[in-house]
Amino acid sequence: MPGITREEVAHLARLARLELKAEELDHFAGQLDDIIGAVARVSEVADQDVPPTSHPLPLTNVMRPDEVRPSLTPDQALSGAPAQEQQRFKVPQILGED
Amino acid sequence: MTVTELVSYEDALATYEPVMGLEVHVELGTKTKMFCGCSTSLGADANSQTCPTCLGLPGSLPVVNATGVESAIKIGLALNCEIAEWCRFARKNYFYPDMPKNFQTSQYDEPIAFNGYLDVQLEDGEIFRVEIERAHMEEDTGKSTHVGGATGRIHGASHSLLDYNRAGIPLIEIVTKPIVGAGEKAPEVARAYVAELRELIKALGVSEARMEMGQMRCDVNLSLRPHGADKFGTRSETKNVNSLRSVERAARFEIQRHAAVLGDGGTIIQETRHFHEEDGSTTSGRVKEEAEDYRYFPEPDLVPVAPSREWVEELRGTLPELPRVRRTRLREEWGISQHEMQSVLNAGAIDLITATIDAGADAGAARKWWMGELARRANEEGAELAALPITPVQVARVCALVDEGSLNDKLARQTIEGVLAGEGDPDQVVADRGLKVVSDEGALGAAVDEAIAGNAAIADKIRGGKVAAAGALVGAVMKATRGQADAARVRELILEKLGVEG
Repeated sequence: MPGITREEVAHLARLARLELKAEELDHFAGQLDDIIGAVARVSEVADQDVPPTSHPLPLTNVMRPDEVRPSLTPDQALSGAPAQEQQRFKVPQILGED
Repeated sequence: MTVTELVSYEDALATYEPVMGLEVHVELGTKTKMFCGCSTSLGADANSQTCPTCLGLPGSLPVVNATGVESAIKIGLALNCEIAEWCRFARKNYFYPDMPKNFQTSQYDEPIAFNGYLDVQLEDGEIFRVEIERAHMEEDTGKSTHVGGATGRIHGASHSLLDYNRAGIPLIEIVTKPIVGAGEKAPEVARAYVAELRELIKALGVSEARMEMGQMRCDVNLSLRPHGADKFGTRSETKNVNSLRSVERAARFEIQRHAAVLGDGGTIIQETRHFHEEDGSTTSGRVKEEAEDYRYFPEPDLVPVAPSREWVEELRGTLPELPRVRRTRLREEWGISQHEMQSVLNAGAIDLITATIDAGADAGAARKWWMGELARRANEEGAELAALPITPVQVARVCALVDEGSLNDKLARQTIEGVLAGEGDPDQVVADRGLKVVSDEGALGAAVDEAIAGNAAIADKIRGGKVAAAGALVGAVMKATRGQADAARVRELILEKLGVEG
C-alpha cells in the first residue's frame, strides 16, 4: 500500500482551500495514510461476490412528485449569511487581481 | 496577450479537418427543483425560492424529482439512447459561490442515458448523424452579480452578490461524441444540431428550451487535425454560446483561430474560452491547470435510480413524432419546398399553421397569413409569432370568411388588424367595423355603371376587346366602395355590362 505523499496532501489542501504549514503536511500525510490503510482492509476481506456499495440501504428510486412546497422567506434564507446586499448573499471578490 | 491573425476559413479547411464536441445544457420545465420542492418559476424575488436543501444547510436531505427523471428518460429515448438500468448521482466538488453546497449534484460515470444519435438536416438536404455520448441529470447553479468592476464583469469586481433561486433547477446535459467528417460544414452541423435538439426538447414538452432565456446553453469544443491524421488535436472549450447563430459563428471562429496558431508552429492550449456576441470572436478564459480535479464520488444522500424496463417502455410509447419526421410530413402535405419549410420553422410558425389548419383553414391560406401579415407584425414589434394576440382559431375564421366571399383580402387584413388591436373575434370585428364585402348586386351594379360612365375611354377599349383594361374599372369600383366589394364579381359585372366575354 503506497503511502500518501506530502505533495498529495498539499494538492488536496489547495482544492479544499486549506492553508497548511509544512509540519502539518507531514502530520496529515501520516494520519491520512492510517485512515486509508484502515479502510483498505475492507477490500481485503470483501471477495468478488460483494459488490461495491455507496449507500448502506438497499433502496432504489426514492422520488417525490413534482409538487411545490413552501420555500423559506428571503429573510430566513439570508439569516445565516455573514453579509448581504440587495437581498442577496454577499461574497468576497472571486478572482484575485491578475 | 498576443493577437493572432486569423487564417481565412477556406485556407484553414484546406489544411485541417475540424473535430467538434457539443455540450448542451437544458433547463427542464418542472414545477420544482431537482432535489427539493422549491418553485422554479421565473422572475421571483431574489432568494425567495430556496430552502435548507438547495442552500446546502446542515442536516437537509435531497429527494429526487420524479418528473425530472422522467424527462431525462424521455430525452434519452428521443435521442435513441440506451437507458441505464441502474445509475447514481455523484458530487462534483468545486469551490465557487454559485453553489452554496460547494458541490454540484451531477452524474459521473453512470449517466441515465448513453449511446444515441440525432439526425439533423443541413441546408442542402443532407442528413448528418450526430452521435450522442451521454445525457445525464444535474442541477443548475445560482446567479451571480459582480459589483464594482466595469460592466458587471467578474474581473475587477470588489464583491459579488448571489441569488440562489436558480440553484437546484433540473438540468440535463447532453454530450455528443466527437463529430468528425463534417469538414467545411462543421459550423452548420453545430447549428443544425442545436436547432434540432431544441425542436426535439420542445416537442417532448420537457422544456421550452428558449436559448435567449438561458433555458438552453451550448458549449462548443473544437480541435483541428491535419487531413489524414488519426489523432485529435488539442481542443478549446468555448462556453455559454447562447444562440443558434452564435454556435455557428463560434465554431467558425475557432477553426480560423486554431489554424492560425497551428500554422505559425504554435500549440493550442486546452482552455476555456468566452464567446463575444458583438464580433463573433472568442477570448481566452481560464486555463485548465489541474485537469479538473472535481473529486467526483457517489452522492451518499441519494439512492440509485433504477428505471424499470416497464416504465421506460411506457415512456417510449408516449414519445411524439420526431420534429424532423413531422416537418417532412407537413412539408409534403402542404406542398411547399424545403426552403419554404425552413422559413416556417425559423419563424416559429409550424405549430401555429398546423393549429390553423386543424381549425378548418386550408394549408395555403393558413401559411399565407402566418408567414405574411402576421410575421410582419411580429417582426415590427420584435415579438414572437406565437405571442401575437391572435389565435389559430381566429385566423382560421378569417380564412373561412374569405372562402365564403364575405371578406376579400384587404378586408381580411383589416379584420386581423382589429383582432390584434383587441377588438374581439373576427366576426365581432367585421360587424363593428362594417367590413362585409358589398355583395348587394344593386349597389354594386350602380357603382359599376358609375365607373363605366366616368371612364368612357377605357370602357370603349374593353368593348373593343382589350379585356385587360377592365382592371382600371375594377379599381375605380373598389375605390368607390372603399374596398368592400368582391373584386372578382365586380370584374364579371363590368364585362357583362360591356358585353364582352371574360
